[in-house]
Amino acid sequence: MNMHATPQRTAAETALIDAFGERLSLLPGDGEVMVKRDDAIEALKAGLPTKRIESWHYTDLRRLLTSVPAHDGAVQAKAIAPLLEGSTVLSALNGATAGKLPSIEGVTVQSLAEKLTDGSFAPALDPYGFDDAIGALNTAFVADGYFVDIADGTEPETPLELQNVQAGGQTHMRFPVRVGTGAKATIVERQTGEGAALVSSVSQLVLGDDAEVLWLIVQEQPDTATHLAQFKAKLGKNSKLTLFLMNAGGKLVRQEIIVDAAGEGAVFTLRGINLLAGDTHTDVTMVLDHSVPHTSSTEVIRNVVTGKARGVFQGRINVAQYAQKTDAKMACNTLLLSDDGEFSAKPELEIFADDVQCGHGATVTEIDHNHLFYLMARGIDEKTARGLLVKAFVAEVIEELEVEPVVEALEALLDGWFQTHG
Amino acid sequence: MLEIKNLHARIAESGVEIIRGLNLTVKAGEVAAIMGPNGSGKSTLSYILAGRPDYEVTEGEILYNGESILEMDPAERAAAGIFLAFQYPMEIPGVATMEFLKVAMNAQRKARGEEPLKIPELIKRVKEEAGLLSMDMAMLKRPLNVGFSGGEKKRAEILQMKLLQPNLCVLDETDSGLDIDALKIVSDGVNALRSPDRAIVVITHYQRLLEHIVPDSVHVLYKGQVIKSGDKSLAFELEENGYAGIIEEAA
Repeated sequence: MNMHATPQRTAAETALIDAFGERLSLLPGDGEVMVKRDDAIEALKAGLPTKRIESWHYTDLRRLLTSVPAHDGAVQAKAIAPLLEGSTVLSALNGATAGKLPSIEGVTVQSLAEKLTDGSFAPALDPYGFDDAIGALNTAFVADGYFVDIADGTEPETPLELQNVQAGGQTHMRFPVRVGTGAKATIVERQTGEGAALVSSVSQLVLGDDAEVLWLIVQEQPDTATHLAQFKAKLGKNSKLTLFLMNAGGKLVRQEIIVDAAGEGAVFTLRGINLLAGDTHTDVTMVLDHSVPHTSSTEVIRNVVTGKARGVFQGRINVAQYAQKTDAKMACNTLLLSDDGEFSAKPELEIFADDVQCGHGATVTEIDHNHLFYLMARGIDEKTARGLLVKAFVAEVIEELEVEPVVEALEALLDGWFQTHG
Repeated sequence: MLEIKNLHARIAESGVEIIRGLNLTVKAGEVAAIMGPNGSGKSTLSYILAGRPDYEVTEGEILYNGESILEMDPAERAAAGIFLAFQYPMEIPGVATMEFLKVAMNAQRKARGEEPLKIPELIKRVKEEAGLLSMDMAMLKRPLNVGFSGGEKKRAEILQMKLLQPNLCVLDETDSGLDIDALKIVSDGVNALRSPDRAIVVITHYQRLLEHIVPDSVHVLYKGQVIKSGDKSLAFELEENGYAGIIEEAA
């Protein structure tokens, strides 16, 4: 990973390597899985990525990850109420699956520990390209998670909620989900907890031909936790993936989104909201491959920055030479509400095809004073008016989802955040 | 109700003076029309009354019910009963129209020491008034003014005015962008607000609106001053002869 020699390990690097020695014999996996774990820790031994690594330029993990808590098996985490009423909830509490597996027609759910133990999950542990620090960290330590398979043509009646609730210490989980041909599902991924934990979480989605998924990631870690997450998806022919991401917490957060629009006619939509407060660092990094002709994508990221918060969005779109008629549009808009906050946006388009439509834009703004005047001219005091406008700036992205219970639930989260941080 | 004395005001950023010694008095119960050619300062006057921070008053006084409003911010002025119907109402994505109406109405009620309106009561009142303005309730489910046509925006302004029941209504070119049917509906809405304790200031370029909202007084604004005042016949005179004659006469 970091090819430069690192003369001295940081406290965090040492703690990770020591933790591996202590934890290894307790982690599930057959021989093949163990080899992958070993490769992963070797990669980490070369050092955590620094700003000299391009994809980590704005998030110098080696410098920012100052301490790593020890695994704590004694603490307890409690399942939370689902985001969407009536959801089927799969809870992972303090790094382990909990409760009975649900039985839903056409949906197979297994604990990931089981699939690691029997080795069937080993091939899926391969890292993503180079500099895959989150993948390596997770592969080395992953203890459990849920493996979900939605059979061809299935439309589960209720949304599925994957909960990853930490209680301090370390939590390393994976959530592989396969959605079969023509299947349709709503999946909620909750990342939360109450401790000063180090969390790594990897979601892997394989979307069959003609499948349709709305996947919502809601990250609400406390401002003491480090949250390193990855969402990887591969899209089949004419499949549709709408990914909604809300970051509303965490001290040090990196959410990677790695999507391969691999089937002709695939449509990928990303809508993201970063609500940043306090002295925190939040990084959303997307790598999207348009690998075949006639795929399309749109990405809209809206950020609200208060306090001393720092935010990053890196959006890289690769259009393969063969991927003609690609249509990709990316936008990253930031509302900067504090002089001490900052946001860095780095859009990158790498296009090898010649018949495509690709565009990107990034803006950083303050509240529109014309809008403020209009609201105040109706008797709304300045503080309330500003609050309405800030909320509106991000709510717009939520309203686009158009599914009423989803919009209502996300807006309630938004209200909650603004009540605490407004 | 409204007394403007020797008002001078400029654009804060550029320092360009727009209002140059304007005097105007509007009594309770009166409908006053302000007319004038483009660039005479009509819209600026409306913004200054509402407290838009882009303008600076450098001299003179604006008294509302005998008290100066110059130190009040736009929200305080609105809560005190001053309402500006915008010439170009702002589109505000992400703010639901109903939510906005609720917040605005309750903010003003709160400022007056009244209890907030309950949702069913609010919806009932909005429905009633929207019906009178031939507005579709579906429109009100959209974000504030977003995707509204010019005419719909103007109706939405009048709807807000009727819901907020201000004491001093300032209408800035409310007729622009309206077809004849919409003009009638909007005018009926304004006329319904005429009352002995309310003053209405109608700013317009054309006499057309004044056939529907018949004014008690007409004031001609030119280069930031009221150069002539009269009764409604002055509007007809303007329609017939244009502004040139009056401007010459005043010069």
